[in-house]
Amino acid sequence: MKYALLLMGHIDDPACGEEGGASPEEFFAFDKEITDAGVVVSSFALEDPEHGVTVSSDESGERVTSSGPYAEVNEFVGGTYIIEVANIDEAIEWAKKSPGSEPGGHVEVRPVAPY
Amino acid sequence: MPEPRWATRRALSAVDRDARTRILAALARRFGDLDLAEDVLQDALAQALQTWPERGIPDTPEAWLMTTAKRKALDIVRRESVLAQKLARLRIEDELTPVSSSLADPADRVARDGEVSIPDDRLELFFACAHPALGLDDRIALTLRFVAGLSSAEVAHALLVPVPTMQQRIVRAKARIRTMGVPFRLPNETEFQARLAPVQRVLYLLFAEGYTRSAGSIHVRDDLTSEAIRLTTVLHALLPDSSETKALLALMLLTEARRPARTDSEERPIPLANQDRALWDHELLAAGLAHAESAAARGIGTYTIQASIAAVHSEAESFADTDWDQISVLYGLLEQHEPGPVVRMGKAIARGRARGASEGLRLLDELADEPALVRYRPFHIARAVTLEELGRSAEAMAAYRRALELPGNAAEDAFILSTIGEL
Repeated sequence: MKYALLLMGHIDDPACGEEGGASPEEFFAFDKEITDAGVVVSSFALEDPEHGVTVSSDESGERVTSSGPYAEVNEFVGGTYIIEVANIDEAIEWAKKSPGSEPGGHVEVRPVAPY
Repeated sequence: MPEPRWATRRALSAVDRDARTRILAALARRFGDLDLAEDVLQDALAQALQTWPERGIPDTPEAWLMTTAKRKALDIVRRESVLAQKLARLRIEDELTPVSSSLADPADRVARDGEVSIPDDRLELFFACAHPALGLDDRIALTLRFVAGLSSAEVAHALLVPVPTMQQRIVRAKARIRTMGVPFRLPNETEFQARLAPVQRVLYLLFAEGYTRSAGSIHVRDDLTSEAIRLTTVLHALLPDSSETKALLALMLLTEARRPARTDSEERPIPLANQDRALWDHELLAAGLAHAESAAARGIGTYTIQASIAAVHSEAESFADTDWDQISVLYGLLEQHEPGPVVRMGKAIARGRARGASEGLRLLDELADEPALVRYRPFHIARAVTLEELGRSAEAMAAYRRALELPGNAAEDAFILSTIGEL
């Protein structure tokens, strides 16, 4: 089955590489391990949410563009792996190994819908 | 040779819930799909009702049912490409080769050859039903439905939930198992202990709910406690080396042994202090003590400690003779393993028994602001009993009244009301 590992962060937590957060080296080491295991279908890392733009609709249904992340949400996706493994247990095992689940972050494991 | 219909029905009812669970577990594991396993087992049972009266009852009905159900599952899988892809992943493509048509019924062949080998995959089913990807309510419902083999209506009844609500919960939980890809496999060695805990927890909660109903009219549901003991016995047989599983069984047996003394003729609860210990079931006590001792010799964990506490109670001649010092030490140990207000409440009660009611009240009052205890009926009953012992009747009355306002079963209400009346 295919699963998405969504590496989540919280805007109040230390960023990657900052004091208290997971170091980039840890992410690189994890990336090598999961890639070498041959389970990665695709993956990407995202720039910090402050570099993003939000497109939504206003009350009249008009599209509006605003700077930064959607204001009410304090959590953001920092990166994603799509992996192909036998079952949720294996997906959870990778999520546990990921520096993304260290204190200050969490990894959401979601099955990829088959359509 | 034709056989009467009643003979078929009798043969089928001899395939008890345990046997059906074994077949279901084997099918679920093989096909990785609980719905499919359930459907084809039902179909196989229906086919047995139809064909056994004509063709005779097979020597090994279980094997016949297993083979028939498996063949039906393979038929479905061949037709449905999504399932076929899934099976390919499970690497059992070889099973997909159609059987030669000259052999009309492979089930008959198996029954003739007398080959009986239904693997025992119930442990896998335990782990799937109590998977951490599922919510606690779902785990309990699934375990009762599939491992215990109760109908959805029976599960609803056992857990005091309306039948349609329970049916919906089970359907959704099954969908979650499928969508999430919860495997019918044992967890790997490093995860095993961590994954065993939720399995034990489900059984513990089942027992606890049967032992003291959280609502409704009656105090004890014997069917639910015996179901929990039955399932724990199965789990213990499957995992004889797990000391915590052994201890969980011991805890249940020692607690269940007090059952005959726990309610009066009107089914109202009788507190431990007033129970006629001659009524305790000595066979269950002996079995429970043996398990508790052997578990404690192997290791320590939350159920081992709780079983030790139950063992100390069961060894006391009377309530007054209870070794409360030892019990409060054990509660202290339990607190280290499983910190929480309810455990601390147990410790406070035991210390109070060991050192006197005023110390007990002081310790209980220290916990009075714990959010989990403010609305916990047993806490207020414990306070009321302690106040009563100190001769502070008015305060005891207020504490009983407070207990009465909180959720609990009606038999307990009656007990509290009669105690208030006696004050």
